[in-house]
Amino acid sequence: MVDLIKIKENVIKGEVDEVRDMVKKAVDEGQEVKKILDEGLISGISIVGDKYESGEFFLPEMVIAATAMKEGLKVLSPFLLRGDIKTAGTVIMGTAKGDIHDIGKTIVGTMLEGAGFTVTDIGVDVEPDKFVEAAKENDADLIGVSALLTTTMMGMEDIIKAVRGAGLKAKVMIGGASVTQEFADEIGADGYAPDAPSAVGKAKELVKG
Amino acid sequence: MKTRLCSATKEVIIGDELPTVLIGERINPTGKKRMTAALEAGDLEVVRKEALAQVEAGADILDVNVATAMIDEVVMLPKVVQAVMDTVDVPLCLDSSKPEALEAALKVYKGKPLINSVTGQKDSLRRVLPLIKEYKAAVIGMTVDDEGIPNDVERRVAIAHKIVERAEKLGIAREDVIIDCVTMTVGADARSALVTIESIRRIREELGVNITLGASNVSFGLPNRDLINSAFLAIAIAAGLNCPVINVVKMRPTVLAADLVLARDKNAMRYIKAQRQGR
Repeated sequence: MVDLIKIKENVIKGEVDEVRDMVKKAVDEGQEVKKILDEGLISGISIVGDKYESGEFFLPEMVIAATAMKEGLKVLSPFLLRGDIKTAGTVIMGTAKGDIHDIGKTIVGTMLEGAGFTVTDIGVDVEPDKFVEAAKENDADLIGVSALLTTTMMGMEDIIKAVRGAGLKAKVMIGGASVTQEFADEIGADGYAPDAPSAVGKAKELVKG
Repeated sequence: MKTRLCSATKEVIIGDELPTVLIGERINPTGKKRMTAALEAGDLEVVRKEALAQVEAGADILDVNVATAMIDEVVMLPKVVQAVMDTVDVPLCLDSSKPEALEAALKVYKGKPLINSVTGQKDSLRRVLPLIKEYKAAVIGMTVDDEGIPNDVERRVAIAHKIVERAEKLGIAREDVIIDCVTMTVGADARSALVTIESIRRIREELGVNITLGASNVSFGLPNRDLINSAFLAIAIAAGLNCPVINVVKMRPTVLAADLVLARDKNAMRYIKAQRQGR
């Protein structure tokens, strides 16, 4: 039997091939898919998130761990789609208009996937209307908007207005280097998170309602 | 190719074989709580202090950026530019993504400034380049277009060509266009700095223009950022970077050492003098 703790450890180390092979083996052995996901992949990426937050881990370590987790997730996804596990929520992720920074929103997107959300990444420099369209198409519960620059951060308000104007149920969560809780409150965002791990907690809270 | 910039009283020349020109990056509220709060309250004392400190540390040009969430840059940029001109005598680099704010600042500026920046995006080319022509300024062209930041050398070089062509068509001299090849962090993509370095080399070779770069992005998410910034800066200078936008206090020693190694510091006098003065 594949030890799920080993899967977790290999996610933390960012061992892409090992994670993929071990997850495959665990599935073939008939181990419970939800357990492989929770105790292997998610628990691994959560630890990496905490270590990044505390300054013990650095960006490249976060990136390889996320890649390893995604590979494992790919193996599991056919089983997840069959309804073994319900999605934690559907999320649209994108960077605000005029802003081409993509690392932040990509990491948050990956962490959310790891936590069981279904994530659609609509890229960088995204018009407010595109957020609305994508949210409609995917029947999204949550829209995550990233902006690194103080100038493009101002465009987040337009996205919130567009989402409200279209009468969507989706909540809007924002983040990025210059964004603060005060700013989020001021433009009427539903949520704010200062980093990727706390974005996961915030997303869960918002989707629950 | 020589780019000449000036304040009311001082000229700075950026060009081949000349010492690397240092553009001070510190008048920029992004990520600086104190400066953001001061600017939002209309208090310019922090800006004046930062201007003086950078020039004392050896900055040749100062970048001036006032973009925060709550500030109207059209009103604030000319005010801050005026305050900086009243405090120090170096030429300035007027920095905003809003053409209206750039124009307002150009109106009060005395001399020939650098404008930061135009990109390869349609709107940016259409709105920023005519300002450069009208106010006889020089401009930084960023290798970004409507598709974002290309992750390959070919497309970055192509954008640089497009910006230079469009500028020349309007009657802006090629030496008044300085290209910024853009840096992403090596923390997310190991090849990203190499793409920047190779783009610098190619653009220098094909267009002959001067090259700027905000170098500190390269180390985002990594430990001991100054060390990485310093190594990257030296390599980029060897490839053709000759007017980086940097933290002058921290990075000037690296630049002086790189210039010395590249034979741009006769008898090492500039380096020795700086070392004697402890900076």
